[in-house]
Amino acid sequence: MSRLTVAKTYKLYIGGSFQRTESGRSIAIADVKGNTAAHMCHASRKDFREAVEAATKAFGAWSGITGYLRGQILYRMAEMLEGRREEFAAAIQVTGSITPATARKEVDATVDCLVRFAGWTDKFQQVLGCANAVAGNFYNFTVPQPQGVVAVIAPETPSLLGLVSLLGAPLCAGNTTVVLGADANPIPTAILGEVCQTCDVPAGVINLLTGSKKDLLEHVASHRQVVGIYAAPLGKKERVIIERGAADSMKRVRFAAMQGDDWYDGSRVSSPWNIEPFVEMKTIWHPSAC
Amino acid sequence: MRIPVDTVMVQQRAASFTRRSIKTKSKLQGLLLALSMIDLTTLEGKDSPEKVRSLCRKAVSPSEVQHDPPLPSVAAVCVYPSLVRVAKNALADTGVRVASVATGFPSGQYPIEVRLNDVVQAVEAGADEIDMVINRGAFLSGCFEEVADEIARVRVACGAAHLKIILETGELETLENVRAASNLAIRAAASTGPIEDGEVFIKTSTGKVSPAATMPVTLVMLEAIRDYYEETGVRIGMKPAGGIKTAKQALHYLVMVKETLGEEWLTPRLFRFGASSLTNDVLRQIMKQHTGSYCAAYDFSEA
Amino acid sequence: MTTNAQPDVAGWEYSPALESTKVTIEQKNKLFIGGKFVTPKSRSWFATTNPSTGKKLADIACAGKADVNAAVASAKAALPKWSRLPATERAKYLYAIARRIQERAREFAILETMDGGKPIKESRDVDIPLAAQHFFYYAGWADKLEYAFPGAKPSPIGVCAQIIPWNFPLLMAAWKIAPALACGNTSILKPAETTSLTALRLAEIFQEVGLPEGVANIVTGAGDTGRILAEHKSVNKVAFTGSTQVGKLLMRETAGTGKKLTLELGGKSANIIFADAAIDQAVEGIVSGVYFNQGHVCCAGSRLFVEESILDEVVHKLKHRLSSLRVGDPLDKNTDLGAINSKSQLDIVKGYIATGVKEGAQLHETTNQRLPSRGYWCNPCFFTDVQPSHTIAREEIFGPVLCVMTFRTPEEAISRANNSPYGLAAGVWTDKGSKIFEVAKKLDAGIIWCNTYNKFDAASPFGGFKESGYGREGGLQGLRPYVQLDTALGRKN
Repeated sequence: MSRLTVAKTYKLYIGGSFQRTESGRSIAIADVKGNTAAHMCHASRKDFREAVEAATKAFGAWSGITGYLRGQILYRMAEMLEGRREEFAAAIQVTGSITPATARKEVDATVDCLVRFAGWTDKFQQVLGCANAVAGNFYNFTVPQPQGVVAVIAPETPSLLGLVSLLGAPLCAGNTTVVLGADANPIPTAILGEVCQTCDVPAGVINLLTGSKKDLLEHVASHRQVVGIYAAPLGKKERVIIERGAADSMKRVRFAAMQGDDWYDGSRVSSPWNIEPFVEMKTIWHPSAC
Repeated sequence: MRIPVDTVMVQQRAASFTRRSIKTKSKLQGLLLALSMIDLTTLEGKDSPEKVRSLCRKAVSPSEVQHDPPLPSVAAVCVYPSLVRVAKNALADTGVRVASVATGFPSGQYPIEVRLNDVVQAVEAGADEIDMVINRGAFLSGCFEEVADEIARVRVACGAAHLKIILETGELETLENVRAASNLAIRAAASTGPIEDGEVFIKTSTGKVSPAATMPVTLVMLEAIRDYYEETGVRIGMKPAGGIKTAKQALHYLVMVKETLGEEWLTPRLFRFGASSLTNDVLRQIMKQHTGSYCAAYDFSEA
Repeated sequence: MTTNAQPDVAGWEYSPALESTKVTIEQKNKLFIGGKFVTPKSRSWFATTNPSTGKKLADIACAGKADVNAAVASAKAALPKWSRLPATERAKYLYAIARRIQERAREFAILETMDGGKPIKESRDVDIPLAAQHFFYYAGWADKLEYAFPGAKPSPIGVCAQIIPWNFPLLMAAWKIAPALACGNTSILKPAETTSLTALRLAEIFQEVGLPEGVANIVTGAGDTGRILAEHKSVNKVAFTGSTQVGKLLMRETAGTGKKLTLELGGKSANIIFADAAIDQAVEGIVSGVYFNQGHVCCAGSRLFVEESILDEVVHKLKHRLSSLRVGDPLDKNTDLGAINSKSQLDIVKGYIATGVKEGAQLHETTNQRLPSRGYWCNPCFFTDVQPSHTIAREEIFGPVLCVMTFRTPEEAISRANNSPYGLAAGVWTDKGSKIFEVAKKLDAGIIWCNTYNKFDAASPFGGFKESGYGREGGLQGLRPYVQLDTALGRKN
């Protein structure tokens, strides 16, 4: 007699814990054979709002710990992900259009991506900031500082690598994040929450939502507590919604322009110039005299 | 009473006074005022009676050229104690005062009894004003009570003579030290009895150490005087000495006094310039205001 | 010898010290397009006045749609050759411009003062030297961009529309044009309506140094001209300095167009004085923080936070210091505060002062100087008993008006300072080093002046957090708005 499997319920990951969407709505994800692989939470704007609250609360501590510690946390995230290589590869293949080899390649690239960003946490300051030779008796230096809560809108594919590639930039700099995962295959997004829980990343630093990105775009754009948006390539209509909505609180908005194999170009993905839009340059003056 | 002083901002504020443009009527007025505030000074090892007499004649009538109205005399002549009697005789009934350095000027590195005796002898010889030096070694090694005590004893020894307290700011180096020394000196003098306006001055330097007077150092001292006036109603005098060679500089200082302390301090009773070559440059500028052209160096007698 | 009575001294008033050099101004000032001064196709002109007298100085061309089109076309046409010039050649044009500004410094300073109302002392000692420095500084970067963006393959963006305000007309023109050109872009500058003259004189310098036609264009006009320019299809980048309100408008207008945008907007900067500060110098900093340039400074330290234990002392010293500020003819070298830039700005400032009184704050007027009868004038003043919720404590006044509030602990000071949608600058005054670093770290502002205020330098990046805008001007970071890089954000982003 074959044993009944205990199917996993996928929840949203908000404020360091798993919870169902307050709306109670779900979206069915079909597998290769057309069977329902899972019911994913259809995140509502209230879920989004709650995630932003959690991220706001977590910002002080996340931006306040040392870059070294942040780097160790991101590296541990890579370790946890590496440990679940097979599970993630399987999750990536659920909707069927990805081969096992490609799926494994995607997971590997995701781990490496996290490793790269882990290395930036205490170094991007030296690359983006500097001492300025002003014409006077002053000591003057520019330091990059994290901004606050950054919304990350993941691409549809690659469903894991794309998310982490965008997440890494604002995250490593000390911002807290709210992520809208891919619509077609949100399962990697959901499992990523488990990695977050086990890798010492503090509650609220990464919040993961699934459902329909389209439904939440306006709320992402208009929530005044969100200070930045890092989004995958979107159509013009979506870009306009985001850029217009962002005007009210002057969000810093960037759209990644990656497709296909671009996501596998590690140095382009982890360039410090992708971090730069999500830090604020603070210039400090002080007189120098006895 | 140590208060923080930010050097760069003091320099910025001091520099702002030098950007005032003093022209025409206000310029002439300022030049005449500056002339009347000069303590014409000779403090050399080779000073002799004739040298001092010559200086005194210059002090009474700075310019050979006749002016209408006549130019003022300078405020005082400043000499070593051994030449006070000569100066006193030369300046009798002229209104020009005799100031004497004392307390082992300029270093002050002598036993306190010797320094006090120096004061007593200068006063007995007829000095109207005593320019003393504070004990910098004691100050910089933190013996503030000793420094204050000595100042008090010197004031007593001055009797009726006015006291100018030289801080020697070039050796104190930092503006915080200058401010602290200013506060200390004023209060030490006050500890021996009430002070009439102008009876006590604080003075920047001996002129024997570089840097001597500068605008930033003077500004800090003026601020100490201002705060003391706010607290007690007493007007302490101020004298920058050494390094002020041009009329232009003198006008900058007057601007600084006016905008920091107010016009009440624009009088020789409360402000002096310790200088020698400044006199002729002021005279040149006065001539330029009257005649429209510049004089040559030889148009005025040497001090 | 009288005792402690008023010494008998006559007052010492400063005689007038008017800047005597005469500057000629064209009666009709044309647009500068394609390397030439051209009559506007719109056939429309408007007057520019001297705010210290209210008298008209000249007519300025008002660019219409056809004129803007011509300017953009010219900038676009000039782009291929300019961007492909060897970078050191581009640098040499900019160096030459810097030198010319220095040579004609007196003329520029006087013109700036006549057109905008700021004291000649400021134009001469701050605006013009900094403008020259800005061109000189960015000239040096032109051929070194690979070192500013290693591995990211920097390249020009293209045609830049640059819209500037009236508070530092020539300096703002330099802040925009110098980095744009250094990075290989071409530019169309739209000066503010009330202050076009020095930008047009700068165009003369472009001609003098032989800057290729179309590389830098000046289109004068009113608000509509700026809007037409920003919306133009062929403009690749918009750089705007002005009000937050218009900044948001531009964000909405350019949404979805792919146009790059940088904004340098308003502020309500906090100036924080701790009890362990060098207080006399802090008072000097308050004055240079909010009364410099009549308060027409986006980064003005307009909210003063004083540690409660020293409030009386600071207010007393501030009053004393303000009594020596001279308000008057901007062309007099002894003037510290000049004219308010326009009648409309004066009305705005007066409105805020009235509101402050109405809402219950205590007004301290500081000088009893008689103000000239003609022209637009405002005596510097400050309010005490200000609550953080008062209108004057929250909204940008852009005039010589200071709000004084208190705090008890560093956390309280920081929290109050950050409680604003703005985040342009802040001042911190304390003698304690570790406190400086900690407070500077926690303040949400793009420029933190510690034991100083309102210091500017071409090498120092300037720009805001939050609704004070984004992007930086000055320094290495000031190059970023004017280059495209090859990263995840695009092959050219």
